[in-house]
Amino acid sequence: MRLRRNLTTLSFLAPALIGIAVFFVYPLLSAVYFSFTKFDLLTVPQWVGLANYRRMADDPYLLQSIRNTLWMVVVFVPVRIISAIGLSMLLTQIKRGAGFFRTIFYLPALAPPVAATIAFVYLLKPGTGPVNTFLGHLGIEGPLWFNSPEWSKPSLVLLGLWGIGDIMIIFLAAVLGVSPSLYEAASLDGANAWHRFRYVTLPSIRPVILFATVTGVIYTLQYFDQAAVAGSIASGQAVTGAGISSSFGFPEGSTFTYPLWLYTVGFRYNALGYANAMAVALFVVALAVTVILLRRSKAFSGEDQ
Amino acid sequence: MTTLLERPPRTVAPTDRQVRRQNRLAWIARHSLAIVLAIMFLTPVGYLLLISVMTSDQALTSDYWPNTWHFDNYVRVFQVTPLPRYLLNTVIYAVLATAFMLLSSVPAAYALAKLRFRGRNAMFLAVICVMMLPPQVVTVPLYLMWARYGLTGSLTPLIVPMLFGDAFCIFLLRQFLLTIPSDYLDAARVDGCGEWRTLIRVVLPMARPGIAAAGLFQFFYAWNDYYGPLLYTSENERSWTLSLGLASFHGVHHVDWNLVTAATVLAMAPIVVVFFFAQKAFVQGVTLTGVKG
Repeated sequence: MRLRRNLTTLSFLAPALIGIAVFFVYPLLSAVYFSFTKFDLLTVPQWVGLANYRRMADDPYLLQSIRNTLWMVVVFVPVRIISAIGLSMLLTQIKRGAGFFRTIFYLPALAPPVAATIAFVYLLKPGTGPVNTFLGHLGIEGPLWFNSPEWSKPSLVLLGLWGIGDIMIIFLAAVLGVSPSLYEAASLDGANAWHRFRYVTLPSIRPVILFATVTGVIYTLQYFDQAAVAGSIASGQAVTGAGISSSFGFPEGSTFTYPLWLYTVGFRYNALGYANAMAVALFVVALAVTVILLRRSKAFSGEDQ
Repeated sequence: MTTLLERPPRTVAPTDRQVRRQNRLAWIARHSLAIVLAIMFLTPVGYLLLISVMTSDQALTSDYWPNTWHFDNYVRVFQVTPLPRYLLNTVIYAVLATAFMLLSSVPAAYALAKLRFRGRNAMFLAVICVMMLPPQVVTVPLYLMWARYGLTGSLTPLIVPMLFGDAFCIFLLRQFLLTIPSDYLDAARVDGCGEWRTLIRVVLPMARPGIAAAGLFQFFYAWNDYYGPLLYTSENERSWTLSLGLASFHGVHHVDWNLVTAATVLAMAPIVVVFFFAQKAFVQGVTLTGVKG
């Protein structure tokens, strides 16, 4: 009887267990092993010990890609979260057409990243783009956006703000879930709107802020599509298929995120051992961020709630 | 998506005129801000639509408005590049990935949510870890694995893994299934249903909104996916999806931006359509089953 029950349970879990073993555990262990070897698509891995990790220390492009990714973590993630909270607060304050506004703000988040990036590079084109033309009418000389090393990452942030809908929806649910009696109590104590937000709303949605921060950092660590396409289209190469990696990082390496450099090392220069060393380093960072979430968040506990 | 947005309760009773005026001004300010933001959110798409019906030459200028309207651009994109093939590949990828994911992930999510067994928490932790893992970490070993069997250059390496569950969807489905009261399942078991029958007869009908949500997420993910197709199919143009073929509109001397934007609009359109279509199904599912997601 018990054996039969265990077999039934196993029949539910078998596909997922195989999936975790074949597409997660095995490649992860492979990556660790490969990171101590040197090989390309045509040669057999040769053991080189810590050489790949030593090479990471004096790879100028790697350092630049880490700086770029860190910039995205420090700027992109907080800007997106703060804007999403602001937008969700605005939506809760609106009576007329709330559903309409919610849909407008949410939909861009579903747009294919490649399509959205092409649209934004085109909108922000330095010479003839509508945004700079419009700024010109106002007597402002617009920046070079995706074509200048200083402005390329801020342009990606703008693109990220357009696709803010996914986290906005999460915050909207959280803000609407705050108990009205708390607001009433605060008002009786003479709290104004800012106080109510600061002492009632914010503490209530703190777990959601943590969740959004962690998932935001994870998302930024794997940020690839938009940076790749923006570099290609802005450089005038205008390719999103094969050959795109030749324009990675445009302009001047400013859009070289860590995953972009990893991809270049592995699939353009075929330095597969070195690429795996970079992958292991990325795994360690991502795991550390995940552990923070697991230890601080209830939703992820394995227990029934 | 059903909840009407409630306003936090009125805190100040509108006794005198000043307060009322202040409230009205605040109302106007809030709605104006929302309208301005909505216009800003809509601008990129509106602009794309305008560019996509210009001539190739006018698309290179800084004009906002088409001199002549060329709706035939939408026909031409299908003629001048293998766009029909890209579209077909994208549909195959999205549909198969979604179907396979549901087949493999629903039972696993059910076991994690409703069955007691040793190692359940460890398994759930593993799912979380897979979910949080940047795909680039396992890219090289997986690529080599598929290359060994000669399957790179096709969409197979992206579709087959879905037969073995998708971590994010398992997580999402589990969270949804936790909200289904166990009494229903116990009743079914008392009536002599086995676990599989309980799942299919009792749980599936109640879990429709959750399944719809997970399916949609997977469908959109595959439709929008760029990293996966770039990695596995860039060497073979016949397997390209829309995201890889979007910018392949080069004229003799320059990029045909009018065609690029038309293709871009075409890539976005199904997402919008599916969203509006599915939003309704989603709402219906939630109200029909009476389960609040």
